[in-house]
Amino acid sequence: MSLLRLEGVTRSVELADAASLHILKGIDLEVSVGDHVSIVGRSGSGKSTLLNLLGLLDDPTTGAIYFDGEPVRQLRSGERDRKRGSDIGFIFQQFNLLSGRTALENVMTPLLYATGSQFWRRRQIATEMLERMGLGERLTSMPEQLSGGEQQRVAIARALVRGPRLILADEPTGALDIETGASVMALLDEVAEQSQAALITITHDANVAAIARRHYRLDRGVLSPVDVTAVLALATPEVTL
Amino acid sequence: MNRWASSIVGSVVEAWAELRIHKTRVLLSLIGVAVAVTAITVVVGVGAIAQQAITESNERNGGRSALLSINAYNEQTGETPQPDALQGAFETVLERYSIDYATRSLYAGGKAQFASGVVDLQVQAVDVDFGTIHRLAIDQGEWFTDADEHRLAPAVVINTTTWKLLGSPDLSTHPVIELLADGSVTAVVVGVLPPKPYEMASITMLYSAWERITPDDARAGNAPNYELWVPPAIADELTPLVRRDMQGELGEGFTAQVNRGDYAASQGDDPLLPLKLLVGGVAGLVLFLGALGLVNISLVTVRQRIREIGIRRSFGATAGRVFFAVMMESVVATLAAGVVGVTLAILIVQNPSVREMVGQGVQDLPAFPIEAALIGLAASAGVGALAGLLPALVAVRVKVIDAIRY
Repeated sequence: MSLLRLEGVTRSVELADAASLHILKGIDLEVSVGDHVSIVGRSGSGKSTLLNLLGLLDDPTTGAIYFDGEPVRQLRSGERDRKRGSDIGFIFQQFNLLSGRTALENVMTPLLYATGSQFWRRRQIATEMLERMGLGERLTSMPEQLSGGEQQRVAIARALVRGPRLILADEPTGALDIETGASVMALLDEVAEQSQAALITITHDANVAAIARRHYRLDRGVLSPVDVTAVLALATPEVTL
Repeated sequence: MNRWASSIVGSVVEAWAELRIHKTRVLLSLIGVAVAVTAITVVVGVGAIAQQAITESNERNGGRSALLSINAYNEQTGETPQPDALQGAFETVLERYSIDYATRSLYAGGKAQFASGVVDLQVQAVDVDFGTIHRLAIDQGEWFTDADEHRLAPAVVINTTTWKLLGSPDLSTHPVIELLADGSVTAVVVGVLPPKPYEMASITMLYSAWERITPDDARAGNAPNYELWVPPAIADELTPLVRRDMQGELGEGFTAQVNRGDYAASQGDDPLLPLKLLVGGVAGLVLFLGALGLVNISLVTVRQRIREIGIRRSFGATAGRVFFAVMMESVVATLAAGVVGVTLAILIVQNPSVREMVGQGVQDLPAFPIEAALIGLAASAGVGALAGLLPALVAVRVKVIDAIRY
């Protein structure tokens, strides 16, 4: 079942000299429930802009984005924010855990924007999620007291705590060593599969990208499918971000 | 409904967590607000005491608001009416309009025998209500009561000069004063008025007693002034009615004059307005400076929190929610500062030495005015909302992914 569909999406910005900079050109992408897609691309290839569009944070210049078959452009700002909160989970390269808050408080944060039992039972739900990530002993630890791998697991728990149907991972292993990155990706892949969530990974790491079932390359604003061997062949310095 | 409840509770939880985490910054930023709220509450509280002191001082001089002063005379001859006729007309008016507080007031000369010799006195003859109407403060003893009307030896309240001429006696010994009127009259001193500079010896006695001890010829041509204490709201309406009724009772040829004699009538609608404006202006300036400091710190803080705001937006925080949360942080923080400020202000204003210093001689020292506390709290919440507005607008305009990668 199609969860997210991009049809002929372009994104341009007006420059100071009235010229247009075309960042994304004719992007077509369909992501289904339970899918795992990787996107690799150089710096300046348009990955951030694409992430904004996939995360319902921005509108395309032309083309259309459908979420659950519904055109996103028709959603009002608040509805879009709420849909993002309930259906999309973000994982960032630098973990982006909120400082001064414990692991548990970090995982509880998205539940502050939930309603009903998710909101009122947020402590219990967050605790269970951290235990599922193997961090049951680190509930009260501050981010700086956690290792890089533990911080990313907290970030994954935070992204998954509201049970999203789409997980957007932006360089999820970028700040981790190879071994930790591999274990974090294995965990992410596993929990995404268990929860039937679609996972889109944007990475420069060919090994990380290879874990996905479908692979894309973003080059100068053009998104094109590639097979896994091509992805592994891309594991060269020039595709790093 | 559920969404609203969780949204509001969530915002408060967020705001509180933010304050808890950044308590040092919050404390520093709120010192200015707490000081400003303390200042504004103190000036309002102290201002209330000062206003009361001014009001009481004015009321002692001119009577409480609204005081109607009545006198009457014959248009042709200029003579005052017969005392009995005037008194009858006055009593009719009191009864007709159910006026509870009224007094006659008359000044006359007199003499008294002291150990040092005979001294000229100023004698004031009044009714019991005069003390209430003019808010008279008594230094020792007490003011007249209705029971004093029946004393065989008249009761007198004397001023401090007279008391000193008597040898500063203890009033519990029931000192007497020898008045030289139609023969010699012994009067009992029941009270002493507070000292005033450069005052001559004087005594105050009840009007009925003065009539009793004063020969008819000495009373002739010395008509008392009549005073009524009425609610200010009806004073203007009542004045022509009293004039009309007095003239009607006195009969053809007599004119009655009824005038407002209290301080409020002579000084416009609000004689304390300049003081209020001054106090309000100083308080507003103090608060404005506190708010400026808070806005400055809040703006810097929000810029430091751009990444955090981006992260929250990515988790589904709506623009409205982010706006509300940043505002709430500011309002919750300043309200907390407001509570501290108001508490400090109450401790300062209620301090006995402060009250003594500000409200010297005030009879009815007002309690800490509740409006001062409410103004302090409202000002702190208002400053919080205003100081939070700009940072909240900045927070809403954050571009999420850029903020996260900030």
